[in-house]
Amino acid sequence: MHSGAVLAVAGWNKFVETFFNAQVMAKYLPDILYGTLVTVELAVLIVIAGIGFGLVLALVRALAIRPLNWLIVFVVDLLRALPPLVIIVLLYFGLPSAGWSPSGFMSTWLSLTLVLMAFSEEIFWAGITSVHKGQWEAARSTGLSFGQTLIHVVLPQALRLTIAPLTNRTIAITKGTALGTVVALHEILGMASSAVSNSYNPSPLILGAAAYLVLFIPVVVVARRIETKFAWKK
Amino acid sequence: MEEIVANFFNAEIATAALPLVASGILNTILLSLMVIPLGLAAGLVLAVLAQSKNPLVRWPLMAWVDFFRAFPPLVLLVLLFAGLPFMGLELGGFACVAVAFMLNNSAYYGEVLRAGIDSVPNGQIEAARSTGLSSTQAMTYVVLPQAVRNVLPDLLSNTLEVVKLTSLGSVVAVPELLFAARQAQSTTFNATPIVMAAVIYYAMLWPLVRLLSRLENRALAGRH
Repeated sequence: MHSGAVLAVAGWNKFVETFFNAQVMAKYLPDILYGTLVTVELAVLIVIAGIGFGLVLALVRALAIRPLNWLIVFVVDLLRALPPLVIIVLLYFGLPSAGWSPSGFMSTWLSLTLVLMAFSEEIFWAGITSVHKGQWEAARSTGLSFGQTLIHVVLPQALRLTIAPLTNRTIAITKGTALGTVVALHEILGMASSAVSNSYNPSPLILGAAAYLVLFIPVVVVARRIETKFAWKK
Repeated sequence: MEEIVANFFNAEIATAALPLVASGILNTILLSLMVIPLGLAAGLVLAVLAQSKNPLVRWPLMAWVDFFRAFPPLVLLVLLFAGLPFMGLELGGFACVAVAFMLNNSAYYGEVLRAGIDSVPNGQIEAARSTGLSSTQAMTYVVLPQAVRNVLPDLLSNTLEVVKLTSLGSVVAVPELLFAARQAQSTTFNATPIVMAAVIYYAMLWPLVRLLSRLENRALAGRH
């Protein structure tokens, strides 16, 4: 055999042994699976609370109570302008001096929930305002109350428009659960990183990366379908 | 109340942390100035390639975009920062951020720009070509300016996210704003520097947030 080919094979073997080490992967697989559970749990709780609170805020905003709306706009703007990691760090490292020590899970959940709340409020609000004024007037003139008009006439039309941007935003924010690793949360990245430092081998990171892909690729593919179905633009 | 002020809005600590935090601002700006053009350039390449009718080009592109939409940027960053040294390649935090965010953003900017190019009617390209412009010239002078204008809110929105994303640099020891604030916080045992960082991010990015909010509302107005 040519010496070049021998070197290439040796290099390839070393690469596989380093990054796809079966022994190391087998050893840390349970850790990564545990981390995956934490990531899924966190992501589900963020999506439910974030979108739920966002919808509530948008509905409150529709009541058009001036001082309340200023407050909502201020909070939403603030949460859209701050990097999520800054909020997580502020809660985790800052709040203890105010007498409350939230766990890594709590800090990450609360931060990302607030961020998703802000973005979804904006999206819901944009959807609500996109419904023409005449629709409100027509519905009210048939005798529907404000609440009935909102729920039966405006929201069904508004929500259709919000689906595509909301899906995109939700994916981007739930991917942010990886930020929890900075505040000692044992989600996928956290588990993978500590496995790398324990084993002096990067294979657990590859395993962790694979776990993220397994979780999120289906979501992204579904999102792509939704996007074409409920296109935001013509 | 006094305790809150002492722990979160401590003027003495803010003054002491100021030089460190100021250098953090500078690095955040530098990092953004590096990452945004890299992402835009990579995204533009993807968007132009996506115009191809050849499935051998389209399918890998779609896979690339979906891959990076599914992959958390922090995981990508840690993979480069902690993984590459095992191959004897040590890039350093700054370069890792550049590469990781370029890959991540190629997908996001790429999708936005692709939608922009798709929004320009075919007749425009045909008209431009019939005047004697080459296809590259037609793309550069006719299609892209309109494409960018059509998706400007999405481009800006993504750019806002990119600037916020630079805070991940703190995880790989790039001395940007959040890293500087955390350093000051851990030496003073006081949260004031992190509050400072939050206020600075807010001050820098709030105008963009407001602008976006307006553009988004306008894009939706009158759609029913």
